[in-house]
Amino acid sequence: MNSRSDFLIIEEMVEHGSKVLDIGCDDGSLLKMLQDRKKVDARGIELYSDRVNLCLEKGLPVVQGDANHDLEMYPDNSFDYVILSKTLQSVDKPRKILEQLLRIGKKAIVSIPNFGHWKVRLYLTLNGQMPMTPSLPAKWYNTENIHLCTINDFLSLCDEINIEIMKSVALDKNGVRLNFANRIRSVNLIGEQAIFLLKRK
Amino acid sequence: MTKIVKYTNNDFNLASGKSISPLEIAYETYGKLNKDKTNAVLICHALTGDQYACDINPITKKPGWWDILVGKGKTIDTDKYFIICSNVLGGCMGTTGPKSQNSTTNEPYGLNFPVITISDMVKSQVLLLDHLEIPKVLTVIGGSMGGMQVLSWMSEYPNRIKSAIPIATAAYHTSQNIAFHEVGRQAVMADPKWHDGKYFEYNTSPEKGLSVARMTAHITYLSEVALQNKFGRNLQDRAKKTFSFDADFQVESYLRYQGVNFVKRFDANSYLFLTRAMDYFDLISENDGVLANAFSDLDASVCIISFTGDWLFPSVESKKIVHALNSKGVDVSFIDIESNKGHDAFLMEEPAMFKTIRGFLDAQYNK
Repeated sequence: MNSRSDFLIIEEMVEHGSKVLDIGCDDGSLLKMLQDRKKVDARGIELYSDRVNLCLEKGLPVVQGDANHDLEMYPDNSFDYVILSKTLQSVDKPRKILEQLLRIGKKAIVSIPNFGHWKVRLYLTLNGQMPMTPSLPAKWYNTENIHLCTINDFLSLCDEINIEIMKSVALDKNGVRLNFANRIRSVNLIGEQAIFLLKRK
Repeated sequence: MTKIVKYTNNDFNLASGKSISPLEIAYETYGKLNKDKTNAVLICHALTGDQYACDINPITKKPGWWDILVGKGKTIDTDKYFIICSNVLGGCMGTTGPKSQNSTTNEPYGLNFPVITISDMVKSQVLLLDHLEIPKVLTVIGGSMGGMQVLSWMSEYPNRIKSAIPIATAAYHTSQNIAFHEVGRQAVMADPKWHDGKYFEYNTSPEKGLSVARMTAHITYLSEVALQNKFGRNLQDRAKKTFSFDADFQVESYLRYQGVNFVKRFDANSYLFLTRAMDYFDLISENDGVLANAFSDLDASVCIISFTGDWLFPSVESKKIVHALNSKGVDVSFIDIESNKGHDAFLMEEPAMFKTIRGFLDAQYNK
């Protein structure tokens, strides 16, 4: 079982027996976990065919596709939750994708790596180079993460496009939860990643 | 020996409004049906396939057309699954088709055979399942024209299938595909030995025409890259060009071989009728222009497979089916397998396809 700490948070956010679409579902670990523990009707989209095969072996229905182009084929409100786990930073148009998530899903769960983390800030300040960290190890010219953002950036985008944040959880580098309430500045500094439960306003 | 089931009591009514009687269906089975009848896999063959999906084909003495995939310990394991494969309606390997005896004239049907559709083929397979007393198959699987039959099963008999695997196929035959088929048919009809489809009366057959049809079609089943890699501009058993129209190039020799071998096992009129059935296939127009409506009652799991190098049934056509199924909330999976082998990839060594089918099928069986 995959022990990614954000998976456990996502699991908490998903209601029992709901219908879930995981975009960029990788080998299906999260979907399988949600299917086993939350009895969800699980669906996935995955870019790479070898990973699609891993999902099929788990009995998960997964469509090979690209979040940038293939979300349009899903009807409005066809899922209770649409999950985008650490993928928003690598899509062509994050704002458009976010809008798509909340068109297809009644709610969306989005997790992001936080580019506002102090180590990232320090790296740029001290080295004068694009930051590389254990969770963001690629060089600027070959990274898939073309639209990195901070927790603050994400919050202002949601505000701009009328998305209500129902829940927000940040995790530090050890996967320990940080208290969001009234401490956004510090969460944006020490949170390594954040997970949000969203709905349309 | 191929098994044959014969229906003489009732007319078999066709989409065209005509009917056939008697109807015979030639089929093969492999493996054993389990007690609960939950392990039946129906395989639908493509245009020039037959019921001999695996083992040695008794006619050609070569391995069955999907022997690479079906058999003991293989992807579709005959130790685990009960496999049924029948010769399609209109075919020439035992199922009623244009070379069968017309009971009213006591001579082969020839062009008097009614034009049949993919839907008619599937309807005959339903009779076969009834005969075998199988209420619901675990899966129905097939590529190309076989895939069209799978789609037709999904649309018309959704309660008879637990899952479906349409491969390298489309919900309708494109204009280009109809065009290629028309070239093939015209080649057959242009052969003086065709005799308006009555070659049996003259004890001959339009071998040249059918062979040309097969050569053209075969090109569409491959890809430019596949042909270039396999043959390049290599010469056939000679050091120099002969300055003649002999088969100087390996690719010419290969195509001629394909053509000559094909006519030994295939009936020219069958080729006309089966290509026509594919041309007529269009799940979109049959559903008032909305493909999704074809799948309104479908509760099966579907796994759609396409190949990146297939230009005859390109991946985009499979995506349209995925799109339609998604909009109906059907449990659909889709994989676009990287391959440069062209349309025929579904008949060849494609480990990614084997993996997909095995993973999906086993998961459906265990579900």
